[in-house]
Amino acid sequence: MDTRRHGVHHLSAYRIFCLAVLFILAFLFLFPLYWIVTGAFKTAQEVNSVTPVWWPQQWTMANFQKLMSRQSAPLWEIHLPFSSGLTKDGSSLVLSAGPVLPAAVRWLINTVFMSLMAMILTCVTATMAGYALAKKRFAGQTILFALIVAAMALPKQVITIPLIREMSNLKLYNTIWAVIFPTVGWPFGVFLMRQFSETVPQEMLEAARIDGASEARTFTQIVVPMVKPGIGALAIFTFIQNWNDYFMQLIMLSSTNNLTISLGIAKLQAENSTDFGLIMAGAALASVPILIVFLIFQKYFTQGIAMGAVKG
Amino acid sequence: MKKILALGLATVMAAGLTACGSSKPAQAPADTTKAETAQSAATEAPAASTEAAASAEGADLNTSITLWTYPVGKWGDSATVDALISDFNAKYPNVKVTVEYLDYTNGDDQVNTAIEGGQAPDMVLEGPERLVANWGAKGYMVDLSDIMSEDAASDLYESVKNACTGKDGKVYEYPLCMVAHCMAVNKTYMEKENAMQYIDEATNTWKSTDDFLKAVQAVYDSGQKDVLAVYCAGQGGDQGTRALINNMYSGTFTNAEHTEYTADSEQNVKALTALKNQKGVNFDASLVGGDEINLFRQGVLAMSLCWNAAQQTNTDAGNEMGKTNNGDEILPLLFPSDDGKTELCGGIWGFGVFDNGDQDKIAASKAFIDFFTNSDETAKAVKASGFFPVHQNLTGVYDGEATADVMALFTKNFMPSMGDYYQVVPGWAEARTAWWNMLQRIGSGGDVKTELAAFDKEANAAASAAGK
Amino acid sequence: MARVSTPARSRVLRRRETKSAYMFLLPSLVFFLAFVIFPMVLCVYTSFFDSTMGKETKDVFIGFGNYIELFRDSVFLRALKNTIIIVVVSVPITCIFSLWISSAIYQMPGKLLSFFRIVFYLPVITGSVAVTVVWKWMFNNYYGIFNYLGTQTGLISQRINWLGDERYALGCIILILLTTSVGQPIVLYVSALGNVDSSLIEAAEVDGATDLQVFWKIKWPNIMPTTLYILIITTINSFQCFALIQLLTSGGPNHSTDTVMYYIYYTAFKLYRYGYGNAMGVVLAIFIAVLSAIQFRLGREK
Repeated sequence: MDTRRHGVHHLSAYRIFCLAVLFILAFLFLFPLYWIVTGAFKTAQEVNSVTPVWWPQQWTMANFQKLMSRQSAPLWEIHLPFSSGLTKDGSSLVLSAGPVLPAAVRWLINTVFMSLMAMILTCVTATMAGYALAKKRFAGQTILFALIVAAMALPKQVITIPLIREMSNLKLYNTIWAVIFPTVGWPFGVFLMRQFSETVPQEMLEAARIDGASEARTFTQIVVPMVKPGIGALAIFTFIQNWNDYFMQLIMLSSTNNLTISLGIAKLQAENSTDFGLIMAGAALASVPILIVFLIFQKYFTQGIAMGAVKG
Repeated sequence: MKKILALGLATVMAAGLTACGSSKPAQAPADTTKAETAQSAATEAPAASTEAAASAEGADLNTSITLWTYPVGKWGDSATVDALISDFNAKYPNVKVTVEYLDYTNGDDQVNTAIEGGQAPDMVLEGPERLVANWGAKGYMVDLSDIMSEDAASDLYESVKNACTGKDGKVYEYPLCMVAHCMAVNKTYMEKENAMQYIDEATNTWKSTDDFLKAVQAVYDSGQKDVLAVYCAGQGGDQGTRALINNMYSGTFTNAEHTEYTADSEQNVKALTALKNQKGVNFDASLVGGDEINLFRQGVLAMSLCWNAAQQTNTDAGNEMGKTNNGDEILPLLFPSDDGKTELCGGIWGFGVFDNGDQDKIAASKAFIDFFTNSDETAKAVKASGFFPVHQNLTGVYDGEATADVMALFTKNFMPSMGDYYQVVPGWAEARTAWWNMLQRIGSGGDVKTELAAFDKEANAAASAAGK
Repeated sequence: MARVSTPARSRVLRRRETKSAYMFLLPSLVFFLAFVIFPMVLCVYTSFFDSTMGKETKDVFIGFGNYIELFRDSVFLRALKNTIIIVVVSVPITCIFSLWISSAIYQMPGKLLSFFRIVFYLPVITGSVAVTVVWKWMFNNYYGIFNYLGTQTGLISQRINWLGDERYALGCIILILLTTSVGQPIVLYVSALGNVDSSLIEAAEVDGATDLQVFWKIKWPNIMPTTLYILIITTINSFQCFALIQLLTSGGPNHSTDTVMYYIYYTAFKLYRYGYGNAMGVVLAIFIAVLSAIQFRLGREK
């Protein structure tokens, strides 16, 4: 390929300098992860040592054992949203199942569920709305679009206080839904999908209409296949966003069973600032699984991210 | 299909939203009536709870309650707490207790958001500064005077009882255990430049405030540049910094009536100025109490301001009892005082019950409290904390334990110096926040006099706002 | 944007289209209105009240009282200033830094390119909390690695209390923020640079254009849309920086790392002043709305 030829062609002093700087930077970026993973296997003495111990002399599983034996929670527990009307005492229905297992594993399950659920809901609602915004003319269109653009940059902290009260009234406070619903409501996805839907040729939609296809059919058979790359980009974006979003979780979740992994780690740190090995074990648990997922799907991730920008 | 599903969800949510919208204006009057019923119910409750406690089975109580604990010794450790709760369930098989473990960094925020979210726990294990002065004063707690007045509770220390009682005369905390917070020094560092001469080891006291400052200087001169840290990144362990500053020249933090903050005094200015100018003392805005303890255990700092009996017996880091991680001996000490009369800042821990409007849960919570504070189980519950009982007649809790000697030493040399429990002044939570902010300002070069005055102003504004 | 528009379209058709449009919009609108717009309205409403925590306390209407106090509150003004500093410093650096990295790596052989791309994206993946825990240790005054290496190599004569010193704390926060925010822009720039027509570049090189000329004349105009997008997302990200501050400094020392976002949290859950916190939120929202309107305009013009 010609890109490679470029590379060889310009192997000047500047290039070598660049490469050196890049490797130094790469080292700095890798360091936190390196420190988390090695720290998780260090003994209490090594990890608390005042002079850094670069490599565990004696690999130990003690930190993980401690993390796993700390607290426990049922494997699966899900609050049905808006089910409080169905029960006598007005608390929402809880579906709970599975054996009791370490709370840290449960946090991981919660985080995956939350990210996936937010991703699916966002993709479905945003694709539908994006299509309508791009391809239909309706009363209130301009004002709605303006609202969406204005709300896009709004930090969530701004509406925290009313949101807590609202969630409390809806009996959603301290359930995973209190974190999921506001992210689904965040209009970035709609905006993105509108941009993608713009590319669907009007003639195709007209043709479908003339053929007598229903609205739903036109949408699922013509629009969705054409904006699929956009949906992929949005899915990846929402997933990562949710996985990393700490603020909403901090505000909305309180009981051990409902925590997410990042919240769990933050709590672990506050409770045991003395036990750095334990914290590192938690941090490793929080970062390594997603890292593996990322490495496997790396291509799709990078493509998806890049795709979002072209249209956004 | 998806559309139908989404539509269904939408309808439900719209319904929920309107419900939430309409409930808003009605909320205020509803709340007051609720409070009234709660009050009238509370007066009836004693009968229920004594009955419950009296019945050997306890099976008539059938509900689930939540307990949120702060890390009060092993009450922050799930294995210990699970064992205690299984004892409770042997007597009350139908009361399901769910426990959440809070930390001192985020715990308050967590309770506050839960209150705001309408999901306050049924019980919290903590001290009067939160249960009485904060949530109690704000009207969220249940009056526990009915169980307090029972015979078994009659031997509670009077000062403890007072601390657990709100300004309105209601008891918002049922106390379980207490401790006097003190300081500690690393003996190895002290011995290097012969700084032990400033200490009276037999009574665990400094000879005087000047001697304390001389000792800091001596340790500093010996090459140990980090002697002690006035930690102020947050509120964790802040009683230590207050106790040191107030004791050095006998300043006060509040007035005797607990209505006003009096930190802006000549004595406190003198103390803070002395600390600020003393070499080896770092005003460190990157640490809270827990970090400081950690540094002291690691041998990084030569002194700790955040010590107590439970710290002295703690062996979690794989250390020997009473030793740092690298084996130096730890000597607990009273805070230095110019008049030889140290007033230690106490900690009193106990249970508070949130009024969530469910009488069954309140009754069950009271039964829970009664079980752990007024029965044979009490000694076990106290032992779990690693602190001292609040019942005068409950002695020898630690007999036969490895910690017995240390606990005896603290009972003899520290507990008698327990000072005024002033953490119940209105606006306490806000004043606490103002305190560490003030230390940060002084640490980054602020003038001691000005900043103390600013603190007093801010804290007293909060006090008068809360006192309304 | 051009849409087929027949002036003769009947009103009935128009209405039908509106109806079907709202059928598609409904699911999204429910979430948007219920969990973004509704709380926003409530936020504006409460901001005119003196609202605090307490079972029996009632909200008192005080008009613009909260807003007036806001602009006299030195801590808020400091938080606002810090927020602006974070945005103004981190956004351009992120853009320039990631553009430089991308230009340096986008022509590398596939394996090496992926390696660098993954490495710079790592902090995004591992999540702010896990990374922050390590950074906290690295910045530690007593045994952190920066002080250790600094004093060992003689770069600094004395330990620096990075997070506990007003002069450095905000800088540290920005540094960490940078490491967590360059990942996405690098991926974007690599892809954008790869899409630049290579025949144009080759033609320019044949004509004897320098690397710099090639960059400004050919590449830069081509990656302009990407740059604008990056500017927008980085700005949003920098505004939302919260976890770092809550976990590392709690806004201290002496409010030197307070941002408006953190101060809202602090006001609400440490000082129990809900109305005041909401007023802050409203001011911030207006501020950001104006800013993004400007950015949007600029984007349109270009």
